[in-house]
Amino acid sequence: MTQGGHHVLEVDGVTKTFPGVVANRAVSFDLAEGEVHCLLGENGAGKTTLMNIVYGLYRPDEGTIRVRGREVEFSSSADAIAHGIGMVHQHFQLVPTLTVLENVVLGAERVRRGVLELGPARRTLDELMDRYGLPVDPDALVGDLSVGVRQRVELLKALYRDADVLILDEPTAVLTPGEVDEFLGTVRELVDLGKSVVFITHKLREVAQVADRITVLRGGEVVGRTTPAETSEAELAALMVGREVSFAVERTEAHPGEIALEVVDLVVDDDRGHRAVDGCSFAVRAGEIFGIAGVEGNGQRELVEAIAGMRPVVAGEVRVAGRSVVGLDPRRIADLGVGHIPEDRTRHGLIGPFSVADNLVLNRYHEAPYARGLVRDRSAVRRHAEELVETFDIRTPGVDVPVAQLSGGNQQKVVVARELSRPLAVLLVAQPTRGLDVGSIEFIHRRLVEMRDRGTAVLLVSAELDEVLGLADTVGVLYRGRIVASMAAEEADRHRIGLLMATGSEAA
Amino acid sequence: MNGLPAALRRGLAPVVVPVLAVLTALAVAAVAVVVAGSSPIVAYGALFEGAFGTPARIATTIGRATPFIGTALAMAFAYKAGLFNIGAEGQILAGALLAAWVGTWSFLQDWSAWLLLPIVLGAGIVGGFVWGIVPGILKAKTGAHEVITTIMLNFVMTLLAVWLVNSLDPIILRDTAVSVARTRPLPDAARLPELVAGTKLHWGIFLMLGLVAATAWVLDRTPFGFEVRAVGTNADAATYAGMSVARITILVMAISGAMAGLAGAGHVSGADGHLSPGVFVNVGFDAIAIALLARANPYGIVPAALLWGALLSGAPLMQQRAGMSTDLVRIIEAAILVFIAGDVMIRRLFRLPEREEAPV
Amino acid sequence: MIAAVAPRRLRLDRQRVVGGFFVVGGFLLVFAVAPALTTESKRFLFGIGPDAPSWTFVPSTATLWIGGALVLLGAAAVGWRGRIVQAGLVVAGVLSVLMILVAALALSSNRSTNLAPLFVQSLRLGSPIALGALAGLWSERSGVVNIGIEGMMLAGAGIGFVAYALMNGGAGGVPLYLAVLVAVVAGGLFAALHAFLSITLRTDQIVSGVAVNLLAIGLTSFLRSQILVPLNADSATTLPELSIPILSDLPVVGGVFTAKPIFFFTFFAFAVAAFVLVRTRWGLRVRAVGENPHAAETLGIDVIRVRYGAVILGGCIAGLAGAQFSLETVGSFDDLMTNGTGFIALAALIFGKWRPGPVLAGAMFFGFARALGVRIQLLGVEIAGFPLPSQFLQAVPYVVTIVVLAGAIGRAVPPAAIGKPYRRSR
Repeated sequence: MTQGGHHVLEVDGVTKTFPGVVANRAVSFDLAEGEVHCLLGENGAGKTTLMNIVYGLYRPDEGTIRVRGREVEFSSSADAIAHGIGMVHQHFQLVPTLTVLENVVLGAERVRRGVLELGPARRTLDELMDRYGLPVDPDALVGDLSVGVRQRVELLKALYRDADVLILDEPTAVLTPGEVDEFLGTVRELVDLGKSVVFITHKLREVAQVADRITVLRGGEVVGRTTPAETSEAELAALMVGREVSFAVERTEAHPGEIALEVVDLVVDDDRGHRAVDGCSFAVRAGEIFGIAGVEGNGQRELVEAIAGMRPVVAGEVRVAGRSVVGLDPRRIADLGVGHIPEDRTRHGLIGPFSVADNLVLNRYHEAPYARGLVRDRSAVRRHAEELVETFDIRTPGVDVPVAQLSGGNQQKVVVARELSRPLAVLLVAQPTRGLDVGSIEFIHRRLVEMRDRGTAVLLVSAELDEVLGLADTVGVLYRGRIVASMAAEEADRHRIGLLMATGSEAA
Repeated sequence: MNGLPAALRRGLAPVVVPVLAVLTALAVAAVAVVVAGSSPIVAYGALFEGAFGTPARIATTIGRATPFIGTALAMAFAYKAGLFNIGAEGQILAGALLAAWVGTWSFLQDWSAWLLLPIVLGAGIVGGFVWGIVPGILKAKTGAHEVITTIMLNFVMTLLAVWLVNSLDPIILRDTAVSVARTRPLPDAARLPELVAGTKLHWGIFLMLGLVAATAWVLDRTPFGFEVRAVGTNADAATYAGMSVARITILVMAISGAMAGLAGAGHVSGADGHLSPGVFVNVGFDAIAIALLARANPYGIVPAALLWGALLSGAPLMQQRAGMSTDLVRIIEAAILVFIAGDVMIRRLFRLPEREEAPV
Repeated sequence: MIAAVAPRRLRLDRQRVVGGFFVVGGFLLVFAVAPALTTESKRFLFGIGPDAPSWTFVPSTATLWIGGALVLLGAAAVGWRGRIVQAGLVVAGVLSVLMILVAALALSSNRSTNLAPLFVQSLRLGSPIALGALAGLWSERSGVVNIGIEGMMLAGAGIGFVAYALMNGGAGGVPLYLAVLVAVVAGGLFAALHAFLSITLRTDQIVSGVAVNLLAIGLTSFLRSQILVPLNADSATTLPELSIPILSDLPVVGGVFTAKPIFFFTFFAFAVAAFVLVRTRWGLRVRAVGENPHAAETLGIDVIRVRYGAVILGGCIAGLAGAQFSLETVGSFDDLMTNGTGFIALAALIFGKWRPGPVLAGAMFFGFARALGVRIQLLGVEIAGFPLPSQFLQAVPYVVTIVVLAGAIGRAVPPAAIGKPYRRSR
């Protein structure tokens, strides 16, 4: 115990392995009373696993956890809650068909002979909403609430349980920049009112704004402990990824040609029938990369899926090489020379139990030479696969192994290889490097630039602003389903784009 | 078992687990035999002898297994596309009904077997196709879950069959020459020939075996089979890759129904020569059990269906020798399904490696 | 296992579809059906004896009025919206049922028919459907699909009766009540098997349900031929009839209040279920676990325990529904005695969208369809010179369920987590 008594939470030498992966290796971490301690790391660095252990959802293989100096062993989150620990998960853990009040009391119900007593609960909730400035309608169905309000409900859930240690897992991922600032203010307020906060993030700017102390995780291990005053963003970034990293990709000047992809006043709904893309217009020329910047959830996914034919177009026009593709199915659109690297490779891009070879012809399986008449030519499929494994440097034991057995980076290479191995007029790329290691990121970036240089029109959608700024020749900002501005890459500076992403206009 | 290298054990698991499940089920049912005051050795000995004791009994066993091959194959084929077709009972009945009706059309009566037989079997395919495509369309166009719609359609078809066959006023399909409710007999030219006289083993078995081979080939070697498996494994990725999930859903349900329908027509044409509405009660549930015992592998369905045929054809001798009700075999069948469904139990019991992924 | 096929929803608004349906139906009644029906006057009785209320009407005229009303109410639903219009649609539904009765009597050679016993009979036949549906409701609201209701009911009916026969050969008294208890426990045990397979072993829930059904069929048939047949246990004493004072003397509906205990219990069970689901801790947890088990887990709720509880409680109710067949109504047990009631219960559960009130109403509606089928046989209703097949009415619940599932009249959205095996975090 380093500073006796002042530490509300101490994690000592925790190791956790999952089949094939070491998620945490001998991780130690402590949280002092009344501080915000940022847990910084890339996707997959083991931040969430560590906090799920603290919250009692996972059991550590080795190591100990102490709460206020007393060693604890949690068998479920109920134990953690009883010790005053609350967690707001990255993916909200709410029941959409229950009301706010029901969600808040769930698991901590006050009852008389089994019958709910919601009256006192409602009063407590009102009080909490007042004290922490988190207004919500207690009787609204959670399913009807916006994302920002749902996050408030999550906080209220933790506060209702008298949590004084709050674990916030990537709490800003779904918020707009304006909401982020407000939220960071709320976090500081919580600390002022006596709470202690573990703040999990991979966003350096937030760390600088909110942290008292910082612990950096990489590959499941602690690689650095510091404070904002002692360090810089560049230094933190280097710690996080293991070396100096730059998204700046070496590339020559673009030579844009004719307009290859044109989107005019496009309107698309999301899965729940709400407008996601609302009057979006832009054009991508052959031989350029058009990068779309924007906070996630502003219609990026729906936009790309609508262009690819996977989602119905409500109104507007999409033209590929001057030809309308609205209403065509994904196959017809692909046949017009449109390639698509989807956002979620395990859900859309690959069929896990199928072999690498089959996945490499997932959208070409019915064409010669992979099929002749009614019969598949499996040796042609294999030959094709062996060739691509070679040229795209896919690390796999063989072309017959299930693609699910490959690492994330190599899975993404399978998708990229499949899409780039044929002549393309237009390439749709969504979050191409999410969750990948640095080597794979650089490889994929080089390939995208190569495609551009060969005359393909590339539409790049990414949540990483640096990726967009590093790759795009033209940058468009998507805000509430509409491109609110587009500019040449040279004119796009962070501040200007950030303002546009946050407010949809440049007038602050 | 434990001496085998792990890799070999893993490779054998698709065969070993079902076999162990069957043996465990027999052991569990043996408890019922003992409680009922008889000897499992006598009972199971009689069961085996009843199923395989003489060539005629073997023929009967195969004959009983014949329709199960078709219905279980229907179930397995849909399962490959991620669809759960519980409607085999309705679909086999639809096929049988249409075959029994078409086969008795008066102007067809003098036609040669070369023409009439394909017409009757084709009618069965059409009947099953129609009763299968309805839940397919409902699933693809409205999202109505095929498990519930096929269950409901089973009952609708059963009621329809009962009315068509039983009705005396008006007389629709009923054979008034006999007192029991059944359809008029098919002409000889519409009958699949018997293989072994007096055993109900008929040429339909080759029809079913051909269907098994064709299904395995389509799934494994054709672009359509690739689509079916892709949709069944990851429908989102299939959509992304340009496959029409809706079209494949409809097609697979229709083909699945057609398989069951053909089995129904084969049974009417080969085994009975007429249709009694009650003959297919619960075949849908049996089809599920058989298909799962075979792990949805088309070739695996043949031995699994033979097991069902053997249990059914051996049961009467068991009753005679051991005084065990023939219903004991239904307990055995159910226990097999329980242990196949909960194959984790079998794996733990016999210390086999755990399964990594769901079977498809 | 079950592929997530993206449903292409009908863009046509639900209320308009239903409204349009009534408009078309109404016009058909006015122009096609009314002229074809007899002008000879007929009579509905609501009780026995000269004092019983009755309604005399001319079928063709009555059809004209009903048809006209349907056109107006339907058109209102197409053109406007709001509570009054929706209430109009409910009235249109009731009128449609009335129309069926009018047509049935018009097509019969009888001059009059007594509707009071038809009403009572509808509730009687609806009662086991309702209990079965309630069994499914508990299980499915907790996130476990239950197509094994039929098997659990059959187990209750069979094993309960076997226990009764073994205790005193079916002579009534205390053993009869113990037998009901055995039926409840038997249903619960089969549900426990379903829970073990689908929750603990994470077997596909559909497969597990099928296994329960097959096992119940096998075991009860086996027990019957091994035990009941040698005992010659038939025509046993059944549960006694109870009369609720005063209420049972009411005109028209009085008959409902003279009935057997499990029948009465049905309504009690639904009232309790509605209260427990909304107002108690356990009910809240069942709902949460059926919609988002992971959220419940992060709040320290033991998802597996809640699901076990809900599934087994459902099984006990199904067992009681089974006892209603063998121990309350018939006094014997036959193979496959429940005769698909468990599946109609499933239909009622979907029809009522997994909510207690509408589920009860749906079960009673299906009971009405069954009762009407019997009545139509008795009345000798003829269409085109041939008797109306009772199978057509028996098929009503199944067809209605398919229509409801297809979203034509009110989309049925099941609990979100249903059918998905739950894996606890480690």
